[in-house]
Amino acid sequence: MELTATTTIRKPAPEVYAFWRDLENLPTFMAHLEEVRATGDRTSHWSAAAPFGTSVAWDAEIIEEVPADKIAWRSTGDADVPNAGTVRFVPAPDGVSTEVHVVLVYEIPGGAVGKAVAKYFGEEPHQQLDDDLRRLKQVLETGEVVRSDGAPWGKRARKEFPQRPAQPLSDAELEKGADA
Amino acid sequence: MRANTWAGRNKVEVRDVPDPRILNNRDAIVRITSTAICGSDLHLVDGYVPTMQNGDILGHEFMGEVIEVGSGVPADKLRVGDRVVVPFPIACGACAACAAELYSCCENTNPNAVIAEKMFGHPVAGIFGYSHLTGGFAGGQAQYARVPFADVGPLRIESDLTDEQVLFLSDILPTGYMGAEMCDIQPSDVVAVWGAGPVGQFAMDSARVLGAAKVIAIDKEPYRLRMAEQAGHIPVNFDEVDVRSMLLELTGGRGPDKCIDAVGLEADHGSAHIAAYDRVKQAVRSETERPHALRQAILSCRSGGVVSVIGVYGGLLDKFPAGAWMNRSLTLRTGQCHVQRYMEPLLGRIERGEIDPTRIITHTLPLDEAERGFEIFKNKQDDCEKVVLKP
Ligand SMILES: NC(=O)c1ccc[n+]([C@@H]2O[C@H](COP(=O)([O-])OP(=O)(O)OC[C@H]3O[C@@H](n4cnc5c(N)ncnc54)[C@H](O)[C@@H]3O)[C@@H](O)[C@H]2O)c1
Ligand SMILES: [Zn+2]
Ligand SMILES: [Zn+2]
Repeated sequence: MELTATTTIRKPAPEVYAFWRDLENLPTFMAHLEEVRATGDRTSHWSAAAPFGTSVAWDAEIIEEVPADKIAWRSTGDADVPNAGTVRFVPAPDGVSTEVHVVLVYEIPGGAVGKAVAKYFGEEPHQQLDDDLRRLKQVLETGEVVRSDGAPWGKRARKEFPQRPAQPLSDAELEKGADA
Repeated sequence: MRANTWAGRNKVEVRDVPDPRILNNRDAIVRITSTAICGSDLHLVDGYVPTMQNGDILGHEFMGEVIEVGSGVPADKLRVGDRVVVPFPIACGACAACAAELYSCCENTNPNAVIAEKMFGHPVAGIFGYSHLTGGFAGGQAQYARVPFADVGPLRIESDLTDEQVLFLSDILPTGYMGAEMCDIQPSDVVAVWGAGPVGQFAMDSARVLGAAKVIAIDKEPYRLRMAEQAGHIPVNFDEVDVRSMLLELTGGRGPDKCIDAVGLEADHGSAHIAAYDRVKQAVRSETERPHALRQAILSCRSGGVVSVIGVYGGLLDKFPAGAWMNRSLTLRTGQCHVQRYMEPLLGRIERGEIDPTRIITHTLPLDEAERGFEIFKNKQDDCEKVVLKP
């Protein structure tokens, strides 16, 4: 499965590149990622939320990097869902912004894992990546993922309707947090 | 706290709900001192805007006192104790739309951008109390509200102007002003305004302030037309006369140079239509009455004129008179108001006495009587023009 998405961020390419190159930042805006830990200059360990409260983990390496321009990576070893990604940073015509072009490729296995992955991405798999990039834009342009009463949990925002009503959270809801 | 909520089509209900908290660093919490009911709220209550949910707190016109600020709000921008008017579009101040002062199109403030994008092609900004399509933000018909990007939106009021004088800087005064500004008014212009509701009244006052030669008010409610007339505008009652003939009469056959639609998607169909207009209407095979004011504005406007649309439209419009628009070189301009762009200059105009926003207030009610406020505003009872609620 190949997913592509793009957004324009009103920051210079070196800044957007540097944010992404620090792979540990990815979980701040990518909904499915729980953690990315750098294990070396080009190697990293990723973990993602999987259905039924389980989590999957894999190692990855950066296979190409051109400062302010491009980063490419792929999973290594025996990842449950082998995957690879490329992100390009292209100066926008306005002279201040950067176009971010992302391509993610997942090799979806057969069997239960494959089914679970397909279910996770749902009918519109690209929408997840679109939303990830919207949050990347929010983080870089405003400092944070924006929360509302209807969608209070930032990147855990449930896209489905109905959302919770647009009224403040109760103490109990706040305590339970995103997993409520 | 107490808050007025959407309780299904045609139903609002003041309920007890939790107090708001800071959720993002740049939030502030405002204790609301005055809030208002808007024609846009009627579209929600009447069920014309999708993605409302039972319990959604309504209201996008409010002001009050800052009682808490998040760690990301610089002290030179906003502090506890400040008295502020809050603009209805939530804007980040940093994206390309905000940089272009298109605040109601802010690219970052709508967590439900995905839904808005599906309906509108591209997302729109978050708006307080205005459906989940615009973010699912609790509104300001309440005792307190959480205000995101509090360092960008709220206007501090440092003078001793009353709430009533500045409250409408949150929406309808800038909206009416933007409606007139989009007309690019020249001293020789006759400006016709459809709708003598609160937004229409401010569009008329703004057209005058911007130098129009003559301003015409079109509505069917005698008391609203009287209010416009008392402010110096020329009333036209579409229930009593044929609008097109009357506009020709008032402009020596030219048609108004600039036309403002301050009615939106729930326009009434007038009853007195003579043949000339009906023929045109037939020619465009009008089927739904809903965008009636907009159609009439387009057909009435003189060739080369501007039709400025501040009445709200939510979806798809039937039988748009594209032929009139195209063949007669009309310019169509529109938008949810970019309120942040106008607050300071309009505050100046209020201070200098050029515009008196208080002239439209007919009712002041406690928040707990919001339901009655909606009823009289919607049904035009008791000569209701604008309701201010006091939490
Ligand atoms: N663009 C924005 O940012 C913005 C902001 C606020 C309000 N609005 C919109 O402006 C519109 C007006 O708001 P309001 O608070 O004044 O509402 P309102 O309902 O009080 O006023 C509408 C008026 O239009 C009149 N009307 C109905 N059909 C008509 C017709 N065919 N011709 C002439 N007049 C007609 C009604 O009698 C009423 O007086 C609404 O659509 C509202 O949603 C837009
Ligand atoms: Zn309003
Ligand atoms: Zn913005």
